[in-house]
Amino acid sequence: MGAAHSASEEVRELEGKTGFSSDQIEQLHRRFKQLSGDQPTIRKENFNNVPDLELNPIRSKIVRAFFDNRNLRKGPSGLADEINFEDFLTIMSYFRPIDTTMGEEQVELSRKEKLRFLFHMYDSDSDGRITLEEYRNVVEELLSGNPHIEKESARSIADGAMMEAASVCVGQMEPDQVYEGITFEDFLKIWQGIDIETKMHVRFLNMETMALCH
Amino acid sequence: MIGWRSSSSEPDERISVFELDYDYVQIPYEVTLWILLASLAKIGFHLYHRLPGLMPESCLLILVGAVVGGIIFGTDHKSPPVMDSSIYFLYLLPPIVLEGGYFMPTRPFFENIGSILWWAVLGALINALGIGLSLYLICQVQAFGLSDVNLLQNLLFGSLISAVDPVAVLAVFEEARVNEQLYMMIFGEALLNDGITVVLYNMLIAFTKMHKFEDIEPVDILAGCARFIIVGVGGVMFGIAFGFISAFITRFTQNISAIEPLIVFMFSYLSYLAAETLYLSGILAITACAVTMKKYVEENVSQTSYTTIKYFMKMLSSVSETLIFIFMGVSTVGKNHEWNWAFICFTLAFCQIWRAISVFALFYVSNQFRTFPFSIKDQCIIFYSGVRGAGSFSLAFLLPLSLFPRKKMFVTATLVVIYFTVFIQGITIGPLVRYLDVKKTNKKESINEELHIRLMDHLKAGIEDVCGHWSHYQVRDKFKKFDHRYLRKILIRENLPKSSIVSLYKKLEMKQAIEMVETGILSSTAFSIPHQAQRIQEIKRLCPEDVESIRDILTCNMYQVRQRTLSYNKYNLKPQKSEKQAKEILIRRQNTLRESMRKGHSLPWGKPAGTKNIRYLSFPYGNPQSAGRDTRAAGFSDDDGSNPGSSSVMFSARSRIRSLQKQQAQEIIPMKSLHRGGKALSFGYQRSTSQEEYMGGSRRVALRPKPLFHAVDEEGFFGVSQESVFL
Repeated sequence: MGAAHSASEEVRELEGKTGFSSDQIEQLHRRFKQLSGDQPTIRKENFNNVPDLELNPIRSKIVRAFFDNRNLRKGPSGLADEINFEDFLTIMSYFRPIDTTMGEEQVELSRKEKLRFLFHMYDSDSDGRITLEEYRNVVEELLSGNPHIEKESARSIADGAMMEAASVCVGQMEPDQVYEGITFEDFLKIWQGIDIETKMHVRFLNMETMALCH
Repeated sequence: MIGWRSSSSEPDERISVFELDYDYVQIPYEVTLWILLASLAKIGFHLYHRLPGLMPESCLLILVGAVVGGIIFGTDHKSPPVMDSSIYFLYLLPPIVLEGGYFMPTRPFFENIGSILWWAVLGALINALGIGLSLYLICQVQAFGLSDVNLLQNLLFGSLISAVDPVAVLAVFEEARVNEQLYMMIFGEALLNDGITVVLYNMLIAFTKMHKFEDIEPVDILAGCARFIIVGVGGVMFGIAFGFISAFITRFTQNISAIEPLIVFMFSYLSYLAAETLYLSGILAITACAVTMKKYVEENVSQTSYTTIKYFMKMLSSVSETLIFIFMGVSTVGKNHEWNWAFICFTLAFCQIWRAISVFALFYVSNQFRTFPFSIKDQCIIFYSGVRGAGSFSLAFLLPLSLFPRKKMFVTATLVVIYFTVFIQGITIGPLVRYLDVKKTNKKESINEELHIRLMDHLKAGIEDVCGHWSHYQVRDKFKKFDHRYLRKILIRENLPKSSIVSLYKKLEMKQAIEMVETGILSSTAFSIPHQAQRIQEIKRLCPEDVESIRDILTCNMYQVRQRTLSYNKYNLKPQKSEKQAKEILIRRQNTLRESMRKGHSLPWGKPAGTKNIRYLSFPYGNPQSAGRDTRAAGFSDDDGSNPGSSSVMFSARSRIRSLQKQQAQEIIPMKSLHRGGKALSFGYQRSTSQEEYMGGSRRVALRPKPLFHAVDEEGFFGVSQESVFL
């Protein structure tokens, strides 16, 4: 009985921290245990158990995102070795659909959080800027699923995109100016037109009942 | 009429110098005149550029029809009986539906397919039954003199009057740029609506033809529902099957590219006819065929065929629609009306009421399941966009008089509803959208956006994998995998998988290349690629020359706002802003020169020996090769007009760069493949010296993106290497 009580207290605590409902927490906990093999923490290797993830071109970035200290709000940089359930939930909370009934500020905040998550995915060396190299890396990964595309092409695309970003963010530049990389503010600017609310969410996190597919 | 003689009179002794035989040509002559008149009206309509945003084009067509009708009535001319049931269903309807299906933006459609199906099917049913039943109740009231209209007739009328033609307002939406979800709902409704209404109509006609109302048992009704489902699903299956067949066939048409449009059209039409033979829904068949076909055919056919298909489709559907509206106009002004105040007013009222009921009820339910529900504003817009159009009119016009003694009344009522909705609702919906401040979309075409969206897709799929949940993203992913692994191998010509990012990139490059011509080549630049030597230093930032080129990109207004999915306009394709007549002439000249230079090919039946195909999906500017030639040609038109065409824009750029290098050493970013440029130049590119003069004045650098288009092959003078073009 005591164990059950403390469990539900934990659940309530988590509910408060991450904003999930208790049902969702239960489900996620089950999944967590599945992934971790009933261990209290997950390591990077555990993600190999997810079969469909293998086919995902940005697999490594996704897995990395789970361990990124910035996403876990544990520090400005670096990777954790393992994450526990609470961390797992923290990462998952980035994908909750934005509740449009919340106030304007809240919506704006959620949006920024999601964009920050994305930004961290791009910015692998945690210096706060997405440099050309990092961008190239992302594009290469994105196109890596396609055997016919050469690295050169991926590079050109990344370069082009970078330049476009520069023009959006900085506008007209002096001949001597140099564009260091995309900062988070610039990133926000680029994303201004794009509707992140409809794209970056996982449906189930908002619904009460879903069937788990193993 | 002195000197004129109709040939139908008695044989004459003399040979007459002038004869006039109007009866012989009357039908085609008048039809052609009508179509021309409508086209002229459309030209006029679009000349005043604010008009299309104010009112849907249907308004215009109806007015033209009414004018023609007035003329015919006034001159007491017997109008040719062009429209009857078989002509409508066999010839006039398929092009309209085909065009709708072909230009449908598939991805948003399938993402919202649940909501769309729910809304379209149930909405149509609710509207039809609701209006029918309500009108029946009205008919029961003795005072209106309608008691001879029985239930089935009312139901039938309800079904045909509920056929909404929202495409008419889509043009207005495009002006107002509503958000994608809303657009998709209305579009989806338009698409499926025709099919559903016709199915319902036919079913009810069958019922009417059967015994009287009392004989209809519940079994019949169940059979009717089962039939409804079979008809729908069967039609779709037929369509998909024919789509696959035609896609497969286009795989082999490399050398006879002229018949590719033929295959596309014939197979779609065939799917329609085959489905109709079995009393399945031809409309849904042709829609499914178009959707299936588009994906694969687009990649198989040559660029010119693709353009031909697009334009021809638009043309056919435009002709059909015009004819139908003319008919409407002609019928308006005439003696065959029966005006019954009660019926007409109540019809109008019930149309609105039931549409409102269905919209709000159905969306209330579907909002529970949607992650992003439609707001009340959106629902109001959907309600208000219920404009009737040609579909309802045709069905009313074709009611068999034997079964519907009061057909005239129905026709009149239909006309009133159409006029009301098209004019009043059509004109005011634009301001309404703006007033309600519906959430707008802000689509820009940019690489960044494409990249990010791609990343998000993958990210989302990945997270869902981690969570172990199914969602329709997974379904889509699985379908894509299946598609890649099996379907594309069978159906696509040379198996060169595309990436949308890369296609977009290439598209933008081409666009930019053309704009280079537009604004005078040298004041714009393309993406600059850091030189290989610089790469060795591992620069992490853009160097000044890159910055210069960035600024140049800006000055040339490269990224014009271009809607990706919302560029659907029923009445015209996106205008090709950058075409000028001189260029066209030059292109054609280059073409002929090229043809003559090629060995052994006198007709453009196939591709030239060395030329490989460059595919640009949905590229509005036509043949990229022509664009390439175009770039060069226009660039040097001042110097000499007789340049044998190059087929690669890279050519020009590289040669330009090289020449620039000779002149001004400071500003150039040497291209990685400069050695290739040299090789390219050595291919007999006589004009390089003249380029220098041309560019003498400029300080800007003309750069070209590099090896996306690897330089010309050794052997292919005209060819562009294919090995890395398809990315």
